[in-house]
Amino acid sequence: MSWPQEAKRVADGIRRRVTAFTLKNGGGYLSQACSSAEILATLYTRVMNLGPSVAPPVPPPFGGVPGKNPDYTTGAGYNGPHEPERDRFFISPVHYALVLYATLVETGRMAEEGLEMFNQDGGTVEMIGAEHSPGHELMAGSLGQALSQVIGVALGRRRKGETGRNFVFMSDGEFMIGQTWEAMETLSFYRLDSVIAYVDANGQSADGKIDEVMGIEPLKERLEAFGAVAVEVDGHDARALAAAAETPHEGRPLVVIARTNPYCGVEVLAERAPKFHYIRFAGPEEKEALERFYVRKWGGRE
Amino acid sequence: MTLETQVHQKNLVKWAADKPEVVVFSADLTSSTEVRLFAETYPDRFYSFGMTEQNMMSAAGGMAREGFTPWVHTFAVFLYRRALDQVQMSVAYPNLRVRIVGFLPGITTPGGATHQAIEDVAIMRAVPNMTVLETGDAADVESVLDVAQAVDGPVYIRMLRGQIPRLFTTPMRLGRARRLRRGSDVTLFTAGITTEEAMRATQVLEQRGVSIEHLHVTTHKPFTDPAVLEAASRPKYGVITFENHTTVGGLGSEVAEVMAEHGVGKRLVRLGIPDTYAHGGSRPYLMRHYGLDALALVRAVEKLLGEDLNIGEDDLAAVRVEPVHGDFKAEAL
Repeated sequence: MSWPQEAKRVADGIRRRVTAFTLKNGGGYLSQACSSAEILATLYTRVMNLGPSVAPPVPPPFGGVPGKNPDYTTGAGYNGPHEPERDRFFISPVHYALVLYATLVETGRMAEEGLEMFNQDGGTVEMIGAEHSPGHELMAGSLGQALSQVIGVALGRRRKGETGRNFVFMSDGEFMIGQTWEAMETLSFYRLDSVIAYVDANGQSADGKIDEVMGIEPLKERLEAFGAVAVEVDGHDARALAAAAETPHEGRPLVVIARTNPYCGVEVLAERAPKFHYIRFAGPEEKEALERFYVRKWGGRE
Repeated sequence: MTLETQVHQKNLVKWAADKPEVVVFSADLTSSTEVRLFAETYPDRFYSFGMTEQNMMSAAGGMAREGFTPWVHTFAVFLYRRALDQVQMSVAYPNLRVRIVGFLPGITTPGGATHQAIEDVAIMRAVPNMTVLETGDAADVESVLDVAQAVDGPVYIRMLRGQIPRLFTTPMRLGRARRLRRGSDVTLFTAGITTEEAMRATQVLEQRGVSIEHLHVTTHKPFTDPAVLEAASRPKYGVITFENHTTVGGLGSEVAEVMAEHGVGKRLVRLGIPDTYAHGGSRPYLMRHYGLDALALVRAVEKLLGEDLNIGEDDLAAVRVEPVHGDFKAEAL
């Protein structure tokens, strides 16, 4: 299978799995899967240089928080070992956790049983990912903090002479936040070209359309004014997403603005516009409509 | 007692010489937090973050994850107030080795309410995984570096700058108060700049026949020193806490918690900034205005004893504070 075909397969699997969970749980962050499936699929199958997972295929139960706790585990190992020449991956909007878990399953980094543990009490496969959740390395749920944390990681890796890049997956809503812009000016100031951010620009935040919540556009020009190299691509085009990572950006952070559609691949959601942040079923008809869509597209549910 | 200047400035450079893992972060207050000499001596280990305290705090967490120890310097208010969410989620939750060095505790600045860290101990003490330290003299300012560096987790330090007294000749120890005086009528707990102020009052009080047990607290959290309970259990009249902080959540609350948990049935008087914001002014003025000077302590002792000791400002002004030569000698007094 060629890599674009593989990316397509992974993206389709992400949508299928997240849709199934949304049906099973009576709601979920489904539109995030629709918008970001190709971004995560392309990063994991083509762009990032990650080693194989060093974490248990089935995630361990919650072992407590960091501190004086020998049982503490981090979810970072699903993205491979920390090695000087390897890339690292950091997810910022961790309400995309299910999308990331599905990505890990589709790319063979986590067992399917792990996904069954989603949102179960006492587990680590939480709805809003914490750093013990599979594929997660940072505490990022208070949005806007991950990029700054990655600055510290990147500066530290530079001190150690490491050559691996640091990929950050972000949401466009985070560009409402002052800290994001503090981070952007700092990335430029320290010429941190090892940091590459992929932004799922789906135009959506919790309240609805971002345009009606706060002004963040023109995002590309704003980023450039802060010293970044910014490129805009079709966020559902794996080739374009992969090519964007090769954009020359010596001495500057690179931001890939992936323009996406919050119901791509699950078109039955379209009529919910402009509210996509968390899909809830208003009544049985809505749920049945998604059920029918699922069966039509993917066949019977497992 | 001698007064010294720029103690942290000089000491940090010396101390960090053989510690390549130590890096310093600054938020556009490099001279004001006495790290200018560090920046000049080790430019490669100095990181300017400008006025981006939230970003700086998260970045400190990131760098600590890579094995370095960021010593984050700025005014305390911009750390525990402005960047509290970042302190909590980027640093404290992951239990990272970040040293948060907060300057201008309480009323040590004429900068007014925006600059005065009056509730930092209360807030940082409530943060899980956080160790909270406070300095009261030059010896504390120097030795707090080793104490903090040995902690496997985040540390918040209430730091002093500029001209500071040298009161002690021994280094600070984690979780161990310094005992300055043995006595049986009143037990007094002080921290930071109130210690020197209290030393003026205690001398005069002793001369008037009041026997005082005095402990200088440098570790607010963990607050587990057995000497605290022992000292709080003993006095004939009661316990006084005296802090450059609001009376809510700081030293007074720490002592109250220990006393209550152990059923110590003594009176407790909490002296400090009385649950109010302060304003800009000189240190002597602010200490008088908010009841943080030696006279305020004397009045509290008088109230506890129920007697007028006939001590005035002139008696206190005449006191010469001598350095305390370590716990051993102090205990032998």
